Amino acid sequence: MDSAILSQDPPAAEAPGGEGSGQYLTFSVAGQMYGIGILAIKEIIQYGNVSAVPMMPDFIRGVINLRGAVVPVLDLAARFHGTPATLGRRSCVVVVELSEDEQDQDIGVLVDSVSAVLEISANDIESPPAFGTGIRNDFIAGMGKVDGRFVILLDPERVLHSQDLAASAA
Amino acid sequence: MNLDSAQQTFIEESRDLLATMEDALLTLESAPQDADATNAVFRAMHTIKGAAGIFGFEVIVDFTHVAESVMDRVRDGELAVDDRLIALLLLCQDHIATLIDRVDGGEEALDADLVTAGDTLTQGLRGYLDGNATDRSGAAPAEGGERGGMRTARSPAGAAVRTEAWHVSVRFDQGLLRNGFDPLAFVRFLATLGELRHVALIDDALPSPESMDPEACYLGFEISLAGDLDKATIESAFEFVEADCTLTILPPNSQVEAYIQLIQDLPECERRLGEILVACGSLTERELEEGLNFQAASVASAAQTQAGAQPLGEILVSQGRVQPEVVDAALAKQRRTRDAKTREARAIRVDAAKLDDLINLVGELVIAGSAAEMLAQRTRQRALVEANAGISQLVGAIRDSALRLRMVEIGETFNRFRRVVRDVSQELGKDIGLMITGAETELDKSVVERIGDPLMHLVRNAMDHGLESPERRLAAGKPAQGALRLNAYHESGSIVIEIADDGAGLDRARIRAKAEERGLIQPGQSLSDQEIDHLIFEPGFSTASEVTNLSGRGVGMDVVRRNIDALRGSIGLESRPGEGTTVSIRLPLTLAIIDGFLVGVGEGAFVIPLDCVVECMRCDPSETQDQDYINLRGQVLPFLRLRSLFGLSDPPPRRQNIVVIQFAGQRLGLVVDRLLGECQTVIKPLGRLLSHLRGFFAGSTILGSGDVAMILDVQELIRTAVARDAGAGDRHPQVPAAIQ
Repeated sequence: MDSAILSQDPPAAEAPGGEGSGQYLTFSVAGQMYGIGILAIKEIIQYGNVSAVPMMPDFIRGVINLRGAVVPVLDLAARFHGTPATLGRRSCVVVVELSEDEQDQDIGVLVDSVSAVLEISANDIESPPAFGTGIRNDFIAGMGKVDGRFVILLDPERVLHSQDLAASAA
Repeated sequence: MNLDSAQQTFIEESRDLLATMEDALLTLESAPQDADATNAVFRAMHTIKGAAGIFGFEVIVDFTHVAESVMDRVRDGELAVDDRLIALLLLCQDHIATLIDRVDGGEEALDADLVTAGDTLTQGLRGYLDGNATDRSGAAPAEGGERGGMRTARSPAGAAVRTEAWHVSVRFDQGLLRNGFDPLAFVRFLATLGELRHVALIDDALPSPESMDPEACYLGFEISLAGDLDKATIESAFEFVEADCTLTILPPNSQVEAYIQLIQDLPECERRLGEILVACGSLTERELEEGLNFQAASVASAAQTQAGAQPLGEILVSQGRVQPEVVDAALAKQRRTRDAKTREARAIRVDAAKLDDLINLVGELVIAGSAAEMLAQRTRQRALVEANAGISQLVGAIRDSALRLRMVEIGETFNRFRRVVRDVSQELGKDIGLMITGAETELDKSVVERIGDPLMHLVRNAMDHGLESPERRLAAGKPAQGALRLNAYHESGSIVIEIADDGAGLDRARIRAKAEERGLIQPGQSLSDQEIDHLIFEPGFSTASEVTNLSGRGVGMDVVRRNIDALRGSIGLESRPGEGTTVSIRLPLTLAIIDGFLVGVGEGAFVIPLDCVVECMRCDPSETQDQDYINLRGQVLPFLRLRSLFGLSDPPPRRQNIVVIQFAGQRLGLVVDRLLGECQTVIKPLGRLLSHLRGFFAGSTILGSGDVAMILDVQELIRTAVARDAGAGDRHPQVPAAIQ
């Protein structure tokens, strides 16, 4: 069974892109640090018990049973770079809650490891460069500056947009 | 009691009553003499009026009062039901429904439009209250003559009354209560002896409140009691009060004279007693009337003192010259309705949300139960395994009964269309008869709720486009009245709903032209008739050259199809030029839980709905190596290899199995790696990310182990397989891009 490593209610924080500071969960995928606004994140669970679904593209690992709900798991490494993630001891599934057309949907995101929850103020967020990040430009909400390094802040609505995914899956 | 919830009950019950009323009015339209329907309309108005009075909805009280008065006159036979009155009453019903809706919406005040509408209707109704007395007096003498003729023809008083029930008439003496007896106790005791068909309370002896002695009993009963009884048994019920009551017992099939004698012996008014006996089902109205008239004639006195208020039976029987069988049948029906009423009274209204919660919990219980069973099996402790097997059996039973709670008959949905058909056929100037069969077929409430709109669309379509005008029908050698048929039946775990008309059928040339115009197909593309027919389900397709009020408002058959798809159903179409079109909708009985058959392919587990599974067999590699069909006891059975369908590249295990499935008359085999046995599955929706797999999977489910398994969509698999082999040039909108 999946054990919850971290499951918390979203703290009262500013949405990404808003004034003031926001909290971001940072994690690594294929050696690169990424962040997602914590408000969109439901929980983080250990990777395991993923049931494969036939006829799905490589970047969809399968589905998991999240306390009775069937949640698809997306392999971010495969989605971004086309090479499936190598599973390790620290591989995790970050469950992201999306609402599309007023319907809530949970999607699991497979990442290599989860790092920390960071506070990044709006002043420290740069707009994304035109190229050079290695992933599609419209996936990026901004570049967060943390201790002199950049963290790519993802726009979950874009990255996990189901129509987009389903289209590339078909 | 909370007034809000009481008011909610009032609103719900009023709506039910209005639905009953509409039904009854439509019955009256074809059978104006139906006393049952007349009563139903009256009762609806009466009950709504009473209840509205309690809540102080004066507008509703005033309005229903007028309608009730009119129906009262109809009931008394003072007013004949005609189409005009029915049309008016239908409008009244709509108006009351609007008023009730406003109450529901919390709006107290009426706007001017509603007030005017109400006034117009009230005026129309008042016309019936004032104006029709003259009509009736004009008709009366003729009726009298008619009646005389009937009477001589049948010499009624000697005839035996046709009823299988005993009639018990009892009047208690005033001392009954003082002697420590409860009048009701006797009725209860009689109920243990036989079936109480009807009990009428006679309270005419009750004095005015001032002079009433609270310790005295003024009551009596007229009881119709059915059952295998003899007189002594019934008498024994009253053994202790023999001295304290007046008891008359009439055996079944007594002479009419005996009843008349009874009526005359009792202190109450003859007419009233007579009507009570009719209500008891002991006498038919005809028997009563003729008996009373015979009596009157033989006494040769002016017994007709109440000639002013001409009794209802006379008019009913003589005016329409109703056959006695008809009256009997009507009464039998009345009895059935009464039975239905008692059944209804035993039903409980439950909030749908509570029911849904229960179903969800049962679903979780099913999953948890199979997990426990699997763990028990792993321990190999026989006692534990058996205990768990017992539990899962019970869980299965609970699941079935829980799901049955949500099952409703489709008849209610069908009946709504009687009004629609009536209104629309008038609007279109067509003569359309609606036939409903299979109304008792049951299906899940949540399905019923969502099937209403698509059905409405299909029915309207059939009336608007399918059925021709009477002139064209006659020219084509068909009866002027078009027939629209709604039918429902169960078939292998699905319910099939058919909407059939005997109209012109689909105009394939026009559909083709339209599809080419819309770019749905290429000009010159070769299509079978069936493929052309199915084009009407394509988005943006509407052949109505002129947009009418009814259909062709931009919502097309594609919406119908989408709605049906969303219910995991399918829609089929069969059309023969000049003979008509049949649309059949196939839906799963329930959306929540199914029995499944678990199979393994590669590393994954998949569920096949058990209803479709016919048999399983070993797959013989020597037979199946080069071909995709086997010889199944002399018949060709085509099969699909799930491995290759799912694109699994690793080599298959040595021993594979074939599961033979059947759906909608088509049979095929599925080659799987392992057979894992039966399981109960709770269907979880696929979610958007997986939605493009809909051609293969109907949903997913969670197994006892906690793993997720996909549920195969058998219907789509068959469709896909057929479409794949139907040859090039075939465009099938449902085939997912993945396999094209």
